[in-house]
Amino acid sequence: MSSVMKTAGPATADPLMIDGVAYQSRLLVGTGKYRDMEETRLAVEASGAEIITVAIRRTNIGQSKDEPNLLDVLPPDRYTYLPNTAGCYSAEDAVRTCRLARELLDGHDLVKLEVLGDEKTLFPDIVQTLDAAQTLIDDGFKVMVYTNDDPIIAKRLEDMGCVAVMPLAAPIGSGLGIRNPYNILTIVENAGVPILVDAGVGCASDAAIAMELGCDGVLMNTAIAGARQPVLMASAMKKAIEAGRESWLAGRIPKKRFASASSPVDGTFF
Amino acid sequence: MELVINGKSEQLPEGLNATGLIAHLGLQDERLAMEVNREIVPRSRFDSHFFKPGDQIEIVRAIGGGAH
Repeated sequence: MSSVMKTAGPATADPLMIDGVAYQSRLLVGTGKYRDMEETRLAVEASGAEIITVAIRRTNIGQSKDEPNLLDVLPPDRYTYLPNTAGCYSAEDAVRTCRLARELLDGHDLVKLEVLGDEKTLFPDIVQTLDAAQTLIDDGFKVMVYTNDDPIIAKRLEDMGCVAVMPLAAPIGSGLGIRNPYNILTIVENAGVPILVDAGVGCASDAAIAMELGCDGVLMNTAIAGARQPVLMASAMKKAIEAGRESWLAGRIPKKRFASASSPVDGTFF
Repeated sequence: MELVINGKSEQLPEGLNATGLIAHLGLQDERLAMEVNREIVPRSRFDSHFFKPGDQIEIVRAIGGGAH
């Protein structure tokens, strides 16, 4: 016999659903820019992330193979790998990268698509992104797509069949935080798929703000890996994501211009 | 014959297949994926895939990287 109490419940009863798969953590992390593999492992563990992005690059030929392998340190049976097309400037290279990743990871078809426009801004090239997204979706991939904070394009990517849309908050690696909260809010309000902020977060409060705007999650790398103490920042980000999510679920009070006392006025004896 | 492997030219014997190349490079224990002339060669076809002179081969792996 069950007596079910209807409450909002803790964040753990509120999974992030991506293409029908439930994840307990709403923080997704990259695995680049760490000092070494051990720091990568410790930071990923402290972040509580279940989805981690990886890059696909040429195998070193004829070099020492004693260096630890990412797949040994962060085993793919424990983490959901999200191969990422970072560094691609054309739809063709992004599609090649995803196909190689699928082969490398035994048919794993969840990918993060990003096609960049230029090196100075690392802003997405939307024309190439739309082209690559269509090719990948037609080829059976589940595409989580990096885009700018344009609500029209975000909706277009959703309508094409992307399983998650990931607008930037600010340029990649800039740490500038959420530069256009109104656009992020509009994207969230329009969306029928998860919206994750990808890029631009600098500190824990930025992550909390993204979640308080109603985003379904945040993907970050530099904000953790580039912190003075990456493992501690990973822990801070985990808490910020949870706090921001609970704050959004709980519903903030309306902003008012003047004060509103919290102690009753009735019963005062003065 | 000349093959271009990860951007570098190498002289390798005629009649080499993908399994042979991987062994030659000492990568048999590595998790990798291969593309020849921009087409994937699945691991299941490494034995039956024979290279032709001038083939452009990419051999890749997953490394730390990723997001922002």
